Amino acid sequence: MKSRLAWRKFVNGFMLSLTGLCALVSVSVLLVVLGYLGWNGWQYLTWTFLTHLPAPVGETGGGMANAIVGSGTLLLIAALTGIPTGLLGGIYLAEFGGKTFTFLVRYTADLLNGVPSIVMGIFAYTLVVLPMHHFSAWAGGLALGVMLIPIVLRSTEDFLRAVPMPLREGSLALGASKWKAIVTIVVPASIRAIATGALLGLARVAGETAPLLFTSFNNQYWSHGLNQPTASLPVMIYVYATGPYADWHRQAWAAGFILLMLVLVANIGARLILSRRSPALRG
Amino acid sequence: MGDVTEPGVMIRVPGYERAMADSEKEAHESVMKISVNKLDFYYGVRQVLFDISLQIQEGRITALIGPSGCGKSTFLRTLNRMHETVRSARAEGEVLLDGQSIFEMDVVNLRRRVGMVFQKSNPFPKSIYENVAYGLKVNGMARRGLIGEVVEKSLRRAALWEEVKDQLHKSAYALSGGQQQRLCIARALAIDPEVLLLDEPCSALDPIATAKIEELLFALEGTCTIVIVTHNMQQAARVADHTGFFLLGKLIEFNKTDIIFKNPARKETEDYITGRFG
Repeated sequence: MKSRLAWRKFVNGFMLSLTGLCALVSVSVLLVVLGYLGWNGWQYLTWTFLTHLPAPVGETGGGMANAIVGSGTLLLIAALTGIPTGLLGGIYLAEFGGKTFTFLVRYTADLLNGVPSIVMGIFAYTLVVLPMHHFSAWAGGLALGVMLIPIVLRSTEDFLRAVPMPLREGSLALGASKWKAIVTIVVPASIRAIATGALLGLARVAGETAPLLFTSFNNQYWSHGLNQPTASLPVMIYVYATGPYADWHRQAWAAGFILLMLVLVANIGARLILSRRSPALRG
Repeated sequence: MGDVTEPGVMIRVPGYERAMADSEKEAHESVMKISVNKLDFYYGVRQVLFDISLQIQEGRITALIGPSGCGKSTFLRTLNRMHETVRSARAEGEVLLDGQSIFEMDVVNLRRRVGMVFQKSNPFPKSIYENVAYGLKVNGMARRGLIGEVVEKSLRRAALWEEVKDQLHKSAYALSGGQQQRLCIARALAIDPEVLLLDEPCSALDPIATAKIEELLFALEGTCTIVIVTHNMQQAARVADHTGFFLLGKLIEFNKTDIIFKNPARKETEDYITGRFG
């Protein structure tokens, strides 16, 4: 009897330590990555890096101003295509959808969310690059936009479902049409949460490299218009980090640092917005 | 339950000023605002209302009483077709508003004429002013300059104006429960409905807040037809001209409130009113 108790105590202690250890490992991996990137990136970050074009191959110096602007352009296109589609689709699922169709769309969105990002690149390549015969910001932005759709769709749906039913009824009972109730009451009641979801989605696709490799491709110079190949931070990191020059490696670190900062700012911004979310959604 | 044998006495509690004396009402020719004929109601295959027929008089207060789950709220929600928000809900039978079938009307138009106040107050996450102005705005009913006037008038009718006039632009969530419920009444009154449906509007309120709402019901009498669902039998006895008793989805008895409480025709009604079950 006594040994049985001792054994149970041992198992309990052992499992507790094991789970704690795993939690520690996962956190420390993240901290090591962030710390290493932060340390190296910060070290190589210069004003020139932020404001100058890449130096010609073989020369040192130069910067990635075009890639920073390029990433911004791609994200803007992604946001303009992916967010409205995901938002309206999410509204449909939460407010209008029947049973079977809603299930199908939700299931498909979840699948789409799990599709390898390089497949999204091939999709945009086939749809945009092949007919246009050249790489472009449009293609890259679209690839990211398509990735954004399921993220925004699902988060919008979830947040809309969290809006209490009595608010909808209150609006309908005053003679509002269903669409008007959605636009004037339901969406505003959860708009902060929805915006947060979209922002986190953008932060996620901001770091994607694979979908851009054969859509927006890369560019050593400023791209003249959205029909041109466009540089972006993730692709620049990929190219520079795998390149043969020590100076390129340093620049890749700096680019990684900038990208990390962008994602971090988006995340913190999202948390701030969410912490002040509207009273209708509060517990 | 307390003493409910003399509802006539309770009606004349000091402080309640009724818009019309009872004698005036008798003289006033009774007009039927809503008539319900053979209404059956289903959630999917489950029938929850059976063959309901009753007439609701214009400008008067009608109370619906009965134990929980007897279908009185479902019945109330049918009157402005709020039941349609539930996918499986289905109403069969005839409901006429001023002689016109509500099921053939445009639902937005119907709800503009038949307002509703819910059991739990449900102000919008907006300012007090925006809450009251909401109905006007979605219905495109008021020119800009007039909205302020209507908001004030509605808040006065809901006996809330004096308490909120200095904080119209504060969030409605800052108000107390009773104030929120009166705000919801003001919001419903702003579009000047012909009928006001109230679904247990006082169930979450203390006696003082309840008294305020009952007072304002009296003040509305005559200008607005009121149908109120209540768990509180004294409330029905105090405020209503007519009372209907629901049990297990059937309308057991419908008559003048005096008669229902003093001299009910059915054994079930008497048992419920005297607190023998329910």
